[in-house]
Amino acid sequence: MTALGKVVRTTAFKLSAIYIAVFSIFSVFFVLYISYATNELLGEQLQQTIATEIFGLADQYRVDGLPGIVEAIEQRSHQPGASLYLITDVSGRILAGNVSQVPASLLNSSGAEPITVPYDRYAGDGGNNIAMVQVVRLPGGFRMLVGRDVGEREQFREIIGNALAWALALLIGLALLSWFFVSRRVLKRIDSLSATSRRIMAGDLSGRLEVTGTGDEFDRLADSLNAMLDRIEHLLYGLKDVSDNIAHDLKTPLTRLRNRVEAALASPESTETYRAALEATIEESDQLIKTFNALLMIARIEAGSQDAAMTEVEAGAVVRDVAELYEPVAEEKGVELTIDAPEPVTLKANRELLGQALANLVDNALKYADPAEHESRRLTIALSAKRDGDNVVLAVADNGPGIPAADRQRVLQRFVRLEESRSQPGSGLGLSLVAAVARLHHGDIELGDANPGLVVTLRLPISPPQQ
Amino acid sequence: MRILLIEDDKEAAAYLVKALREAGHVPDHAPDGDSGAGLAGGGGYDVLVVDRMLPKRDGLSIIEELRVRGDDTPALILSALGQVDDRVKGLRAGGDDYLAKPYAFSELLARVEALGRRRKPGEAETVYRVGDLHLDRLGHTVTRAGQPVPLQPREFRLLEFLMKNAGQVVTRTMLLENVWDYHFDPQTNVIDVHISRLRAKIDKGFGEPLLHTVRGAGYMIRDGAR
Repeated sequence: MTALGKVVRTTAFKLSAIYIAVFSIFSVFFVLYISYATNELLGEQLQQTIATEIFGLADQYRVDGLPGIVEAIEQRSHQPGASLYLITDVSGRILAGNVSQVPASLLNSSGAEPITVPYDRYAGDGGNNIAMVQVVRLPGGFRMLVGRDVGEREQFREIIGNALAWALALLIGLALLSWFFVSRRVLKRIDSLSATSRRIMAGDLSGRLEVTGTGDEFDRLADSLNAMLDRIEHLLYGLKDVSDNIAHDLKTPLTRLRNRVEAALASPESTETYRAALEATIEESDQLIKTFNALLMIARIEAGSQDAAMTEVEAGAVVRDVAELYEPVAEEKGVELTIDAPEPVTLKANRELLGQALANLVDNALKYADPAEHESRRLTIALSAKRDGDNVVLAVADNGPGIPAADRQRVLQRFVRLEESRSQPGSGLGLSLVAAVARLHHGDIELGDANPGLVVTLRLPISPPQQ
Repeated sequence: MRILLIEDDKEAAAYLVKALREAGHVPDHAPDGDSGAGLAGGGGYDVLVVDRMLPKRDGLSIIEELRVRGDDTPALILSALGQVDDRVKGLRAGGDDYLAKPYAFSELLARVEALGRRRKPGEAETVYRVGDLHLDRLGHTVTRAGQPVPLQPREFRLLEFLMKNAGQVVTRTMLLENVWDYHFDPQTNVIDVHISRLRAKIDKGFGEPLLHTVRGAGYMIRDGAR
């Protein structure tokens, strides 16, 4: 691409060219119209003046006869900026006036309208003056000519013409200048945007587009793109975190699995040993599959691909279903399950996922309910579903050990397990899944203190915002 | 039962064919979508086990084609995708059950056998009988040896499903799906506790236990005398 081609291809150039064309056409029309209109106006004024003078002089003639009009013409002829006057007798002899030469035929033709003719004011002055004149016949065969020089009008026309030329020149000059400035500025910023994005594409994810602080379109564009980059960077680091965690949390059991099989192979041949090792292997792989499924599920939910399965769901019914499912297990552990869903609340949700989220929460609460404490106080898990404005608030509260405030955000992340829970079975994905379900429903999750214990609150909009 | 297995993974297919044969069934194997559709179209099978992602053609399209032709041979869809929307898609295409990979063979067998039984006449029975245990589906009553057994609504549905599949292994996930309509995998043994409650009501105090635990697979209700 040549440098010229590149410039011609820019939006700035194209826009400037269009503007220049449009404004030129517009100003030509404008100036032509003005000059035409003024010309007309000046012409009319001249005619008016001539008509008035003729009327006055004819009046003079009627009252004072020939001497009167001759005197009047003599008088008017010598005033500065005088009109043109000429009075002749029947034979064409000039009696008075300030015109030395007009076309001979003119005096014989008299019309109602003034006409434009060349004339000489003084004999031999070149004859390149032009006047608008009118000839009238006076009683007694006299002819009178009254006219005005139109040089002024011509001059005016010239001025307008010049103004037009200047205006056009200035316009084009300014357009070129602004184009040069705009295109340079725009090209520079766009080139800088492209350069930065190429750098980011090349792998430097921390790179950000320049924001000049003027708040113009480019700043807004850069702001949006930067926000997008922030999100991408965040997601990528999240992904990296997850893959690190996957590596750890899946490789550890895989290693255990492998070691166990290896140990069994190395041990003296005994069906019993083999059977035990194989059973343990199946158990371990089942746990791995569970972890893997949970991970995939979270990923799928976060990708939002379950949107299709959203139906009208009664939150109270989901809460009751889950409570009913867990009630026997809870009773076995000496934990009381209570339900508080005073009125039916329907929301657009995925029943399966909502059920699973609540099940995970109840599961957690049961897991950490310490049966040893059963002696000192009643262990309870309280499930509730209530309406709060445009939201459904689902809560699972227990009076177990709770989670320290500092750890409450952290436990929502994948694979995060607090030290105290390491001894318990689990993958560290349960709460992450609940958080993902809340996000899928455009809601949020909050971990709080139930004094004592943990309360997990899901706040979900009844009708999710439309995309 | 004659079972058609449409599965492209050779090793998995060989294992399934062998295990199904050992369980007393007659399995055929098709390694890709085209041959599978051909065999399935020939008819004569009690159950189809169809992998979703097959070479040459999609497993779902085979089932769809059969359904269009009015063939309602029960089909179990196997898929590496276990999510809710995939399951819904599979069932909408005409599949009768859906099993996510990887699965335990006992789970697959229990489901295949449940599907095979579904076709047999007598499905519309209003009273299920296992030994001296009677369940009246219309009256919602259960009696054991003539004595009424009071059950909670969910316990009734649990027993109903077990008795519908009497003599067959029913897995925990099958129970969760059919009785609670949930497809996730609870972390704790919730189903086991429900079963032991039910067992306490229908078996405790009566001579012969009817509700059995099948180790490593699930539960089965059957008349032990036979």
